[in-house]
Amino acid sequence: MSDNVTTDVADHADDHGHATVDVTTLDAELIEGPSNATPDIAEYALWLGDDALILAQQLGAWISRAPELEEDVALGNVGLDLIGHARSLLHYAGTASNRTEDDLAYWRTEPDFRSLHIVEQPNGDFAHTIARQFIVSHYLFELYSRLRASADATLAAIAAKAVKEVDYHRDHSTQWVLRLAHGTDESRRRISTALGDLWPYVDEIFRDDPLIDRLEGIAVRPSSLRPAFDVAIAPVLAEAELDVPVGFVASGGGRAGKHSEHLAFLLAEMQVLTRAHPGASW
Amino acid sequence: MTSTITPDTSATTVISVEEQQFNDLIEADSRIEPRDWMPEGYRKSLVRQISQHAHSEIIGMQPESNWITRAPSLKRKAILMAKVQDEAGHGLYLYSAAQTLGATRDDMTDALIAGKARYSSIFNYPTPSWADMGSIGWLVDGAAICNQVPLCRASYGPYGRAMVRICKEESFHQRQGFEILLELMAGTEEQRQMAQDSVNRWYWPALMMFGPPDDDSPNSAQSMAWKIKRHSNDELRQRFVNMLVPQAAVLGVTLPDPDLHFNDETQQWDLGVIDWTEFHEVLAGRGPNNAQRLQRRRDAHEEGEWVREAAAAYARKQPALTNEREMAAS
Repeated sequence: MSDNVTTDVADHADDHGHATVDVTTLDAELIEGPSNATPDIAEYALWLGDDALILAQQLGAWISRAPELEEDVALGNVGLDLIGHARSLLHYAGTASNRTEDDLAYWRTEPDFRSLHIVEQPNGDFAHTIARQFIVSHYLFELYSRLRASADATLAAIAAKAVKEVDYHRDHSTQWVLRLAHGTDESRRRISTALGDLWPYVDEIFRDDPLIDRLEGIAVRPSSLRPAFDVAIAPVLAEAELDVPVGFVASGGGRAGKHSEHLAFLLAEMQVLTRAHPGASW
Repeated sequence: MTSTITPDTSATTVISVEEQQFNDLIEADSRIEPRDWMPEGYRKSLVRQISQHAHSEIIGMQPESNWITRAPSLKRKAILMAKVQDEAGHGLYLYSAAQTLGATRDDMTDALIAGKARYSSIFNYPTPSWADMGSIGWLVDGAAICNQVPLCRASYGPYGRAMVRICKEESFHQRQGFEILLELMAGTEEQRQMAQDSVNRWYWPALMMFGPPDDDSPNSAQSMAWKIKRHSNDELRQRFVNMLVPQAAVLGVTLPDPDLHFNDETQQWDLGVIDWTEFHEVLAGRGPNNAQRLQRRRDAHEEGEWVREAAAAYARKQPALTNEREMAAS
C-alpha cells in the first residue's frame, strides 16, 4: 500500500515549511546585528513592524474558526509568518531606544502605533479577510522585493526572508479571490462587497511621508510601489471579472499615529494580560 | 472461497483465507493496510477511535486559541499560534487516516457538530488563565503522548504512521507547556499562584484522559487483542504519574493529590482515588464547556458553508472557465 492518503496533507503542509513550535526564535543575525537602528530607521521599522503585528493579531483570531481545517492551517501560517516579520522589525526598531520587541508591542499606546488603517480593518467575513490579505500581500510583495536592496543590511536581510513568505500569502489570497468571484452568486456578492469596503484604505498605503525623504536608499518610497501594485492586481481582478472599486478614499493617518476606531479594541485585547503584570516575564 | 480451519481451537471455527491472513499479520506484529481484508469490527473500532482522536484535535484547538490574541509576549503568541495550527494539521492527518477505512470527512464532521461523536472530555474544561496554556501542554499533551506513543505501533498502517508524525510535534507541545509553567514559577507571586491554581484544575482531568479503570473499560480488551491498543488504561496512567512527579518537583508545583506516595515495593507512585463521577458527568455532557465547544465548532462550520460551496462550485467550473479564457485569448 502507498502512504498517499495520509501523507497528502502532510506533504502539502511541508511545501510551506509547516511551522512547529520550535521554529519560533529570532534569527541569530537579527538578534546580534552589529549596529543599532538610527531614530529614522527605527521609525521606518516601526511602520512595517506594526503593519505585520496588527495583521498577525487579526489572523490569529481566525484559528479554530476558519471555514475549513485547511484554512485554519493556511491563515495560521500567514499569521505566523507575519508575526515573525513583526518580531524582527520591532526588535530592530527597539535598538534605537533600548526597548525590546515586547516593550514596543505591549507598552505603547495607540498614538505611538504606526500601522496603516487597512490592517486595522476587522476580519469581517472570510471575504473581507481575503480582500484585506489580497491587497496587503500584493503591496508587501512589491515592498519587500525592493527593500532587499536597502543600504541598511538588517532591513535588507529581513526583507529577503519576508519576500519569499509574502509571495505565498499573495498566491493564497489570489486563489481565494478567484474562487470566491467565480464560485457561487453569494460568494461573488461577498468578495465584491469586501473589495469595495477595503478599497478606501488602499490609497494610504502608497502615500509618502517626510521620513522617506530622509531615508533615501534605505527605505522604499511608498508612492513608487503603486504602479507595480496596480499592474500585479489588474490581471487577477480581470480574471475574477471584478472591477477596481471606486468611491471613498479614507483620510488615513496611521503613520502619524491617527488610527481607525478599531485599533484601540485590538490593542486592549492584545495587551491586557501583559499590562496587568508590569515587570513580569513570560 | 476457500476456507481453512484454525488449528489452535478445539471448536471447529471455519474462517476464510483472508481472515487467516489478517490474523497472521496481527500475530506477526505486521501492519494492516487499507486494501487488506479486515474484520468489520476492526474497521469500525478503528474508525471510531481515529475519528474521535481527530475530533479531539479539532475541539482541542478552542481552549488554546482562546489565548492567542492575549498571549503575553510575541514569542509566546508565535508558539501558541504554531501549536494550535499543528492541532489543525493533526486533525487533518487523522481524518485522512479514517478516510482510508471508508469514512467520509463530511459524515465525521456532521457527527461531531450534531453532538453524536465523542471527543476527549478534557477539552470541555475552560481556560480562564494564561497558565492554562502551560498546564495543557505539560499535563494534557503529556498524557496524550503517553497514550499516543504506543499507537505509533498500532496494527493499522495509516494510523500508526500518522501517529509517528503527531507524536513528534506533541513532544514540542509538552515541552513548551512545561516552559510556560517554569517561567511562571520563577516569576512574581501572582504568576506562581496562577500556575499552581491551573495545575490544581488540570491534574485530575488529565489523569482521567487515560479512560476508565481497566475493569470498567468496555472496548479495551478487543482493541488490545487486535493490537490497535498496546497497554491498558491503568498501566498508561501509572506511567504518566511516575513521569510527572519528578517534573513537578523541578517546577516547584504541588500535585493536588494528598494521598500520592512512593510505593517501595512496586517502585511506583501510588495515587489517591480518582473521582470518576466527575468524569462521567463531563462525558454525559454536563461539563463546564461542552455546549460552548460544540456551538463554536458548529458556528465555524455553518458560517464557512458559503466558502466551501464557492470552492466546490469553482472547482466544478474550472474546465469551462479555462475554455472561456482560451477562446478570449485566440
